[in-house]
Amino acid sequence: MSKTLIRGAKVLGGEPQDVLIDGATVERVGTGIEAGDATVIEAQGQILLPGLVDLHTHLREPGREDSETVLTGTRAAASGGYTAVFAMANTFPVADTAGVVEQVYRLGKESGYCDVQPIGAVTVGLEGKKLAELGAMHESAAGVTVFSDDGKCVDDAVMMRRALEYVKAFGGVIAQHAQEPRLTEGAQMNEGIVSAELGLGGWPAVAEESIIARDVLLAEHVGSRVHICHLSTAGSVEIVRWAKSRGIDVTAEVTPHHLLLTDELVRSYNPVYKVNPPLRTERDVMALREALADGTIDIVATDHAPHPHEDKDCEWAAAAMGMVGLETALSVVQQTMVETGLLDWAGVADRMSFRPAVIGGAKGHGRPVSAGEPANLTLVDPAYRGAVDPAGFASRSRNTPYEGRELPGRVTHTFLRGRATVVDGKLA
Amino acid sequence: MMRHLISAADLTRDEAVLILDTAEEMARVADRPIKKLPALRGRTVCNLFFEDSTRTRISFEAAEKRLSADVINFAAKGSSVSKGESLKDTAQTLEAMGVDAVVIRHGASGAPYRLANSGWIDAPVINAGDGTHQHPTQALLDAFTMRRRLVGKDDGIGQDLAGRRITIVGDVLHSRVARSNVDLLHTLGAEVTLVAPPTLVPVGVETWPCEVSYDLDSTLTKSDAVMMLRVQRERMNAAFFPTEREYSRRYGLDGERMARMPEHAIVMHPGPMVRGMEITAEVADSPRCTVVEQVANGVSIRMAVLYLLLGGNESDAPTTNTRTEEK
Repeated sequence: MSKTLIRGAKVLGGEPQDVLIDGATVERVGTGIEAGDATVIEAQGQILLPGLVDLHTHLREPGREDSETVLTGTRAAASGGYTAVFAMANTFPVADTAGVVEQVYRLGKESGYCDVQPIGAVTVGLEGKKLAELGAMHESAAGVTVFSDDGKCVDDAVMMRRALEYVKAFGGVIAQHAQEPRLTEGAQMNEGIVSAELGLGGWPAVAEESIIARDVLLAEHVGSRVHICHLSTAGSVEIVRWAKSRGIDVTAEVTPHHLLLTDELVRSYNPVYKVNPPLRTERDVMALREALADGTIDIVATDHAPHPHEDKDCEWAAAAMGMVGLETALSVVQQTMVETGLLDWAGVADRMSFRPAVIGGAKGHGRPVSAGEPANLTLVDPAYRGAVDPAGFASRSRNTPYEGRELPGRVTHTFLRGRATVVDGKLA
Repeated sequence: MMRHLISAADLTRDEAVLILDTAEEMARVADRPIKKLPALRGRTVCNLFFEDSTRTRISFEAAEKRLSADVINFAAKGSSVSKGESLKDTAQTLEAMGVDAVVIRHGASGAPYRLANSGWIDAPVINAGDGTHQHPTQALLDAFTMRRRLVGKDDGIGQDLAGRRITIVGDVLHSRVARSNVDLLHTLGAEVTLVAPPTLVPVGVETWPCEVSYDLDSTLTKSDAVMMLRVQRERMNAAFFPTEREYSRRYGLDGERMARMPEHAIVMHPGPMVRGMEITAEVADSPRCTVVEQVANGVSIRMAVLYLLLGGNESDAPTTNTRTEEK
């Protein structure tokens, strides 16, 4: 493998430095490094980050290859600056056996754009009735450590308790989709002023908060760690903050869309804004940003949820829930966190690479940009401004809420173990 | 005049009064030996009903026929919709057949809005009730009924409902009638009070331009009109209230309660009534109850809306080429 010299990039937003990649490894970081026979990337003004890690991606394969495949999803991930993604288990068939997780793992290897770490289902068929073979998935070639019934809540308290306890044997973690099912029957959007006017079934904040409160207490009781998926309310932030202050081993994620968008957008009845958990209020958005800045929320995770056009080109109630996010995540974080002064680029690296890699146990990812480390790197031009054009997405789906919206920043290069997966903003 | 009628909240005071005044003119047609106007001759109106409805569909059909429009009735049951065809494809199919206006009833809140605003079709869209969102022609016919009874048939022309006190009682949470009425009555200057058990009032109601009370008796004496909403018996299975009897005792309108209303005050109901639940037979059959008038007024209101939206006041000649130009 050849050498690449990234010249003059601000590593984690710091002073400009040169970074020499040799093969799959960062060879040297310093100033005035001689290029020699290396390919040179002039990166003055750009930010060099560790390759991003997404703990919450829906790649849809197997089963819904009309919306995404492992290949198209990892291409989208690379475009967005990601070098590792965790693939959620709600595929068809569900990733609840060693066979399915190994298949997804193998497809990820074959794609070559981004490492794919499968997430295993907590319960068989995501049905909440019977524990899936968590140990077998862990021992499989996929080496699963994160388990989630995402899309559905493990709402049975005993089932959740057992799962939390069981995975301790091999250092696993349960990622909970916090949604009390009875409180959200027929729910279509955040319950509040807008839902009352629009006549859409309300999705109360308490449906999320009550499950989080229960689960942090369960985690405390059995001495396990728990991860909360896509936190979306100010109240959830308060509960996680309280739990952490109490020493409970809890981590939490927030999606880019919950950092930017509110339920006011639902007034258009355009299902591109339909997502689970639903878009909340301005007050929630501000609380989530603060929490991500102060570390109460550990990471940003995309909840990239591709859907075919026909599942969004319809009336609200009939539409599928979810948004694609891999290719816009970093831009949304730049706008909501960096340009507001809440987080610097080192903070972005922490929330989008270091911490998610630790939570998920992604080996070789989320490492410092220094000599001897794997060359998983993302180069960002923060000065770029442009309107989002879904036609240019690498994802097979186009269900973005940002179409036509101007967002800052652009991933110019992504390196997966030294190999460029994105060059000058285009997939290699 | 607006292009579509999706929500009562979209109407200005003057637009609403124009519709009410036009409806008075239309009502006179019903008194003629030949109840027909040539206004929409050669125009085709499609009644697109995805949800079961008898009275609203028949009311629209009567209005369309009295304006000499050609009428197509489309019920989703037994159609390609039940085989999985989307709202978009259904609407585009109808437009390809040359439909000039679509009257839509749909179980999903926002479906008429989507139809009117997604670039799927060009024809004007009239909302005949969507989910728990809006039912604007119902609110208009209710306002029309109130104006006739409380202001006067002739005195009412050009007038709104300024200062009138309207009480709406029942399942506000699931009611598109309540939402539409709150919006329109507020626009027309009336003071609205919603009365319901707290379980049947939506979270977020605090921003609505009305008062909310949990006590029927204290509001009755201060009401010029009391509108009873239908309460479905199934609601008690979801714990919205304990029993039918308890609901009736606390929120039903019986003769005794009606007697406490001001002498001029009227009792309204959008129908269908559940006698013995929200309203007793004694009240329903009393001369103060306007249920039957509301039905008759519904035809006049829908005639007025169709006439105004389809530009019946300009010329009877169809404006065929403007529609394609908009694309």
